[in-house]
Amino acid sequence: MAETSDSGAFVAFERVQKSYDGETLVVKDLNLTMPKGEFLTMLGPSGSGKTTCLMMLAGFETATYGEIKLAGQPINNIPPHKRGIGMVFQNYALFPHMTVAENLSFPLEVRKMSKSAREAKIKRALGMVQMGAFAGRRPAQLSGGQQQRIALARALVFEPELVLMDEPLGALDKQLREHMQFEITRLAHDLGITTVYVTHDQTEALTMSDRVAVFNDGRIQQLAPPDQLYEEPENSFVAQFIGENNTLEGVIKSISGNTCEVQLDGGEVISARPVNVTEVGQRTRVSIRPERVEMDKSRLQEGAHTLKAEVLEFVYMGDIFRTRLRVAGNTDFVMKTRNAPDQVRLQKGQQIEIGWLPDDCRALDA
Amino acid sequence: MSHTTDTAGAGAGPMLAADGTPLKRSLNRALRRQKLRALMLIAPLLLFVLLTFIAPIADMLFRSVENQIVSDTLPETVETLSDWDHTTQAPPSETVYEALYFDMFVAAEAKEHTRLGGRLNYEMSGLSSLIRSSGRSLDDLGDDYLDALEAIDPAWGEGAFWFELMSGEGEAAEEVITARRRAVAQMTGDRLGGDTGFAPSAEIAALLPRTTRAYSDFAVFTALVDGDVVAEEDPWESVYVGLALDLQQADVSGYAGPGGDALRAAQADLDSLPLMPLSQFFDEEVDADWNDPEVWAVIQTYSPRYTTGYFLNAVDLQLTPDGVATRPERESIYIMLFKRTLFMSLTITLSCILLGYPVAWLLANLPSSKANLLMILVLLPFWTSLLVRTSAWKVMLQQQGVINDVLVWLGLVADNDRLVMINNQFGTIVAMTHILLPFMILPLYSVMQGIPPSYLRAAKSLGATNWTAFWRVYFPQSVPGIGAGSILVFILAIGYYITPEIVGGTTGTFISNRIAYHISSSLNWGLAAALGAILLAVVLLLYWAYDRIVGIDNVKLG
Ligand SMILES: Nc1ncnc2c1ncn2[C@@H]1O[C@H](COP(=O)(O)OP(=O)(O)OP(=O)(O)O)[C@@H](O)[C@H]1O
Ligand SMILES: [Mg+2]
Repeated sequence: MAETSDSGAFVAFERVQKSYDGETLVVKDLNLTMPKGEFLTMLGPSGSGKTTCLMMLAGFETATYGEIKLAGQPINNIPPHKRGIGMVFQNYALFPHMTVAENLSFPLEVRKMSKSAREAKIKRALGMVQMGAFAGRRPAQLSGGQQQRIALARALVFEPELVLMDEPLGALDKQLREHMQFEITRLAHDLGITTVYVTHDQTEALTMSDRVAVFNDGRIQQLAPPDQLYEEPENSFVAQFIGENNTLEGVIKSISGNTCEVQLDGGEVISARPVNVTEVGQRTRVSIRPERVEMDKSRLQEGAHTLKAEVLEFVYMGDIFRTRLRVAGNTDFVMKTRNAPDQVRLQKGQQIEIGWLPDDCRALDA
Repeated sequence: MSHTTDTAGAGAGPMLAADGTPLKRSLNRALRRQKLRALMLIAPLLLFVLLTFIAPIADMLFRSVENQIVSDTLPETVETLSDWDHTTQAPPSETVYEALYFDMFVAAEAKEHTRLGGRLNYEMSGLSSLIRSSGRSLDDLGDDYLDALEAIDPAWGEGAFWFELMSGEGEAAEEVITARRRAVAQMTGDRLGGDTGFAPSAEIAALLPRTTRAYSDFAVFTALVDGDVVAEEDPWESVYVGLALDLQQADVSGYAGPGGDALRAAQADLDSLPLMPLSQFFDEEVDADWNDPEVWAVIQTYSPRYTTGYFLNAVDLQLTPDGVATRPERESIYIMLFKRTLFMSLTITLSCILLGYPVAWLLANLPSSKANLLMILVLLPFWTSLLVRTSAWKVMLQQQGVINDVLVWLGLVADNDRLVMINNQFGTIVAMTHILLPFMILPLYSVMQGIPPSYLRAAKSLGATNWTAFWRVYFPQSVPGIGAGSILVFILAIGYYITPEIVGGTTGTFISNRIAYHISSSLNWGLAAALGAILLAVVLLLYWAYDRIVGIDNVKLG
C-alpha cells in the first residue's frame, strides 16, 4: 500500500529498496510514514526484512534505492552517530566493561554534558525503569529483565525523539515479557517518543502498538491499527499471520457491491465480503475467525448460509471451548465458543450446522 | 515489583545434609571420589610433565647453587684448609700440601682433576692449566722415593710384598677401606660396588696412616675401577710418598707383622731418600703458583658444597675471600645483557601489538572467505622453518640486501652510505617481531571475534563517533587479547635464542645467547643455570606484576 508522503510525517520511507548481494531484494519498495509520537510495530516472519529496515533507519545499512527522511530531512548521508536515534538491540548490547551508570553516562559524555547534568539524567532514567539501586553493577551481574530495562534506559537517557527497538523482549519469559510490554508502552507514551518496534510475536504487536506493519517477503502487507488488522485483514497472508484463522477455498460466483457468492470446492455456496477479489471466476480463500463461527441459528441473520460440520475434537480450555470440525472437506476448521452456562458441550462425531455473519467472512486472494 | 534480594538461610548456622552431617562435609565426601578418579585419569600425563618439565627445571635451579665438585675432589685439602687464614698472605701449612698431594693423586688417577680445574678456572683464570699440569707432575716424587727404597730392599718394588705388608696380621681396619671407597665414589660419581679384596690391618693403619690411605685408594681403584687383582699390581707412586712421610714419624721398631724388617731397614736408611717437604715439592717441582696465597684463597672460598658464586657472577659480582665484590668493568656484561634483553623484548612486544592489532581486527571483521585467506597469510610463517625465515631477513636487511638496494635506487640513501640494519639491535627487533607476530595476532583475533558488532553499533547509535566508539567500547573489550598476546610474545622473546644468534651481531644478542654459550662452549653450567634462574625469576616477577595491575583473569586466549 502506498501512502502519500506528507510533510508532517516524522519518519518517512520513500520507495526504499535494499539488497545485500546485488541479486535479491531484501526490502522491496517500502513506503511508510509515521507521525510524531506514534508507536509502530513491524511484525513479520523471520527473514522478512524487519531488522534491515531498522538498520537503514539507524544508519547502519544504506538503502540501495529510495530515500529515508527524518523530520523532513533526508538522512541517507548522515552518519549514525549524528542521527540522534535511540536504539535497543536484541541482545541489549550493554557494554560489559562499564557499570550500569557508566553505560548510561556514555551517550551523555559523548554529548559533552557536564557531570552534574549527567548524574541527574542518569538518576532520572534509572528511576524511570525502576533500576535506581543497580547503578554500580556490571551488566553481567544483572538478570535478563534487568539488562533489558537498562538497555531501555540507555536508549532513552539522551532523550532521543525516535527510539528503535529490535525484538527487545525476545529473550524474556512470558510473565516478564508482558510486564515489560506494559512498561515500554507506558514510557513511550509518557515521554511522547516516536517508537519503531520490531517483533515477530503478534500478541506483542497487537497489544503495544498504535499501528502495526505486517512484513512479508520484503514488503509491507498491511499497515493498520491492531483491531483493524485483526478484524479486517487485507490479504490472506495477514489473515493467516495474525491470530487464528479458518480458510475455505473456492471460486467467486458473483460479486455485487459489499457481498459476493463463493462456491466452495466441496460444492457448497456461501456469501462473503469481497476484500481483494474483483472478478467472477477468480479463485479465493474465504477467511473466518474461529470466535465468529456460530452454531446457534438464532444468532444468525435470516437466510444466512449454513454448512454441515462434524465434530472431530472438543477441547475444554477453561474460558472457552475449542472445537475442531470437518467443514467442506477442511478438517482444520476451528470454532471457539464461550464457556457460558447454557453452552452445550459437543461430542466427538456429532453432526452440527454452523454459520456466520457475512461481514465476518472475508473473501481474500488465493 | 520489588528488587530486594534476600539471602537465603542467613544466620541459620551451617547447613546440614539429610543425615545430619554438615552439608560441606558430605559434599566434600561425595566429591572426593570424583576427584580421585579424575586424578587417576590425568596421572600419566602429570607424571610425564613432572619428569620432563619440572624435573629439568628443578635440576637447573639446583645446579645454579651446587658446588660439590671442590669438596668431592679434594676432600682432605678442603678440610685442612678450613683453618687457614687467607688474610695472612702466607701459603698454608705443610699439612694442607700433604692433603693436596694425596687428594690430587687420586683425582688425577680418576681424571677428575681436569673437571675441578675447569670449575675453579671460572673463578680464577689459570687454575685449569695449573691443576691439569700438576696432575702430571705428582708421580715424579714417588718415583724418586721408589728408586731409593728399592736400593735398600728390592721387595719395595713388588706388588705382592706391598699387599702382604699392608694386609698385615690380626684385626682388619675395614672402615678405612670403606671410607676410601666412599670418597672415590663421591668423586667419580660411580657407585663402585663389589669387593676390593683388600683391607689394611688395624695395626698398619695406625702405624702408617698416610701409606694406608694411599694404598687403600690404590686398592679401591685397582679392584673396582680397573677390575684387577690388588696383590698383582705395583702400588701407586703416592704410596711411596706416604711411606716416606710415615717413616719419618712412626716407630716401627716393635712391629712384628709381615714386612716389619723391611720397614725397619727403610727407616734406618731413610736419609738415602731424596726427602723434601711437600710444600717445597709443589713450589719447586710442580708449579710455583701453588705458593700463591691467592690460589689457595680461591680454593678456600669455593670449598663449601653450595655457593652463591654463580648467582653473584650472573649479576656482575663475584665471591672473593673477603666477601662479595664487584667484577672489573670489562667483565661486567650480564646486568647490561639482562637490561638489553628486557628492553628489546618490550620493544618487540610493543611492535607486535602495533602491527598485530589491525591485522587481528581485519581477521575478525572481514567476510569469512577473505578472512580465511588472511589467516593463511598470518599462519604462513609457521609453516616455514625458523632458520629460513631468519635467514630471509638477513638477505633483506644486509647492506647489499634488497631493502638497501631499493633505497639506493630510490636515491634515499647514498650508495657508499648504505644503512646497517642487520647484526645489530634493529635487525633482531625486526626479525623477532615478524617471527612472534602470530602469537600476538591469534589471541587478539580470538578475543575480537567474541566481541559482537552490535557493541560498536550501540555506541554509534548513542552518539559516539567511530573513534570514540572504538576507543571507549571496542578497545577495552579487546584488552584481554592484548594481555594474552603480550604475555605470550614477551615470554617467548625474553628467552629467544636462534634469531638473535643469527641476526643479532654483538649488540643485538640476548641473555639467552650467553646462556647457550655457557652451556655449550664454556661449559660453565652453573653460571648458565644461575642466569636461567634469574631469567625465570624475572618472568615470574613480571607475571606477578601483570596479575596485580591488569589481573590474570583478564587474559583470554580464546
Ligand atoms: N548482512 C547481511 N548480508 C546479507 N544478507 C543479509 C544480511 N542481513 C540480513 N540479510 C538477509 O536479508 C533478509 C532479511 O533479513 P532481516 O535481518 O532484515 O530479517 P528479519 O525480518 O529481521 O528477521 P528476524 O525476525 O529473523 O530477525 C534475510 O533473508 C537475511 O538472510
Ligand atoms: Mg531481525
